[in-house]
Amino acid sequence: MISTDGLSRSFRTPDGGEFPAVRDIDLSVARGESVAVLGPNGAGKSTLMRMLSTLLPPTRGSARVAGFDVSSQSRFVREHIGYVGQGSGAGHHQRAVDELVTQGRIHGLSRAAARGRAAELLSLLQLEPLARRKTQAMSGGQRRRLDLALGLVNLPPLLFLDEPTTGLDPQSRGHLWDHVVRIRQKTGMTIVFTTHYLEEADHAADRVVVVDRGRIVADGPPELLKQRSAGHTVTLAVPDPVAARRLQALLATADRVRAATAHGTAVTAKVDDGRTALPALITAARDHGIDVVAAETRTPTLDDVFLELTGWSLREAGAFSTGEAGQSSGAQEDSA
Amino acid sequence: MTPDTAPRRRSVTGDVLIVMGRELRPVVSDPFSLVVGLVQPVFFLVLFGPLVATDAAPEPSPWAWFVPGILVMISLFGTASTGSNLQYELHSGSHERLLVTPLTRSSLFVGRALKEFVPLVAQAVVVVLAAVPFGFRPHVGGAVLGLLLLGVLGVGIGSLSYALAIAVREQDWVFWTVHQTVLFPLMILSGMLLPLDDGPRWMRVLAQFNPLTHVVEAERDLFAGHIATQDTALGLLAATATALLGLFLGIRALRAGTS
Ligand SMILES: Nc1ncnc2c1ncn2[C@@H]1O[C@H](COP(=O)(O)OP(=O)(O)O)[C@@H](O)[C@H]1O
Ligand SMILES: [Mg+2]
Repeated sequence: MISTDGLSRSFRTPDGGEFPAVRDIDLSVARGESVAVLGPNGAGKSTLMRMLSTLLPPTRGSARVAGFDVSSQSRFVREHIGYVGQGSGAGHHQRAVDELVTQGRIHGLSRAAARGRAAELLSLLQLEPLARRKTQAMSGGQRRRLDLALGLVNLPPLLFLDEPTTGLDPQSRGHLWDHVVRIRQKTGMTIVFTTHYLEEADHAADRVVVVDRGRIVADGPPELLKQRSAGHTVTLAVPDPVAARRLQALLATADRVRAATAHGTAVTAKVDDGRTALPALITAARDHGIDVVAAETRTPTLDDVFLELTGWSLREAGAFSTGEAGQSSGAQEDSA
Repeated sequence: MTPDTAPRRRSVTGDVLIVMGRELRPVVSDPFSLVVGLVQPVFFLVLFGPLVATDAAPEPSPWAWFVPGILVMISLFGTASTGSNLQYELHSGSHERLLVTPLTRSSLFVGRALKEFVPLVAQAVVVVLAAVPFGFRPHVGGAVLGLLLLGVLGVGIGSLSYALAIAVREQDWVFWTVHQTVLFPLMILSGMLLPLDDGPRWMRVLAQFNPLTHVVEAERDLFAGHIATQDTALGLLAATATALLGLFLGIRALRAGTS
């Protein structure tokens, strides 16, 4: 469905230099896959999506999407994909149903067929009561569902979703994904989406592609990625910070523990197997007169994986300025 | 839902009509938006008109001189700001959504520009009818031609406005600065509201280079029923040239902005 070869895109910077937003991407996506492109702000996710959907010509490399070349056969690519951009796609003075009918006409449907398709999609995405409402009077979640409907008008075999849920409340996010997952089950559509919510990648994707500073740094099923960051995290709570520091010093030298850190009254230890390590660590603490008041074992999340791969926590991705990404990219090149 | 198997032929005309239809739909579903654009010209007609009408009233009748000027004023003020709508869509993502469809690129621009014709002519008809009770007696055939000419001018001004909006998409304040700076000199130097015949020579020279001057004079001839005159020919030429220039610049700006 998608195959790229050294796909790259640079932007000219105001000082006359070149900023590589996407670098040497070799990606291939099979029919029916659901792929999450995960990465912090400025990683190059949108630039990649915009190249794959013909909105932005690559500066180097090539890509075939839905059977056509994005540069030389862009119109055919556009006929065969659905694309839901990061911004809101419906005109704010337009009514929902009118935008859907126009979209159908653009894709070559007769007026009657376009009306029929609009009605189907409004019902599929539970937007029927809002059909005649102007999009500017819709909530964020409703507008996103309309954007999704607009992307589905041509029943594309391949759908791109660029941060479909950013800015929505958790309930609307869940609701939108329910629709996407259901549509995918029904149609077998191939889906490529970007997000910086790990739960979404974990929940809706068969495959996660982690992008950092324009490059793919990891690619695989969510489970495999989590296994790569092997082991468990054990957190022990103690009554006071002094005890926490003593426990941290104790655990740092323990056999089973790979690393231990103390925050306030909690000590976190990375271990290979939490189930056997947890009782042993609690016993070791008791033997040294340290009371453990609570304990928890956690399997790694994609956030842990991401942190290991890139040194950035996705949760703090907001603090990641895109300008700095450009400056520091040279230094990061070797480690990537 | 079953996939479409119908062969897809693309015609630029078809695409232009789709884009034009999309642009017109909010106007048709909410015609009141046109009334808002009429408030200013109607004030001019009612408050300014009587002053011009009593004073140095040029031939043949004060209204025959004044109303065509008001019509050109609507096309200037009503249409020159239309680029801000496009600017909004460029930022919001709805223009991007259209770009990622198989629509021919130029139709995205031409369809928008041609749309300006419709609301402009509708507003002009209202102004003409409103002036009749004041004593305006247009020549019917000439008036129809005059409205068409006005529509062509509107397409030109609209295209220029869109082209500007695309060119300065990253700094929207530039759009309004240019808009404010250019509109008033163009208006004064066209003689649409105040005759320039007694003005200083430099003003009259500059006015000759202002396409609006020729459109205003053509409109006056047409509404008076003088159809085949040199002024109407010049006006048609000026309006057409404005439209072609605007479309050319706009399509070029759109191509440059999306690659
Ligand atoms: N049109 C553009 N001109 C200049 N720089 C751009 C442009 N689009 C994106 N960039 C830069 O490329 C980098 C990647 O951007 P983007 O693909 O939008 O990231 P993401 O979607 O992952 O947040 C950023 O540093 C951004 O500033
Ligand atoms: Mg993005």
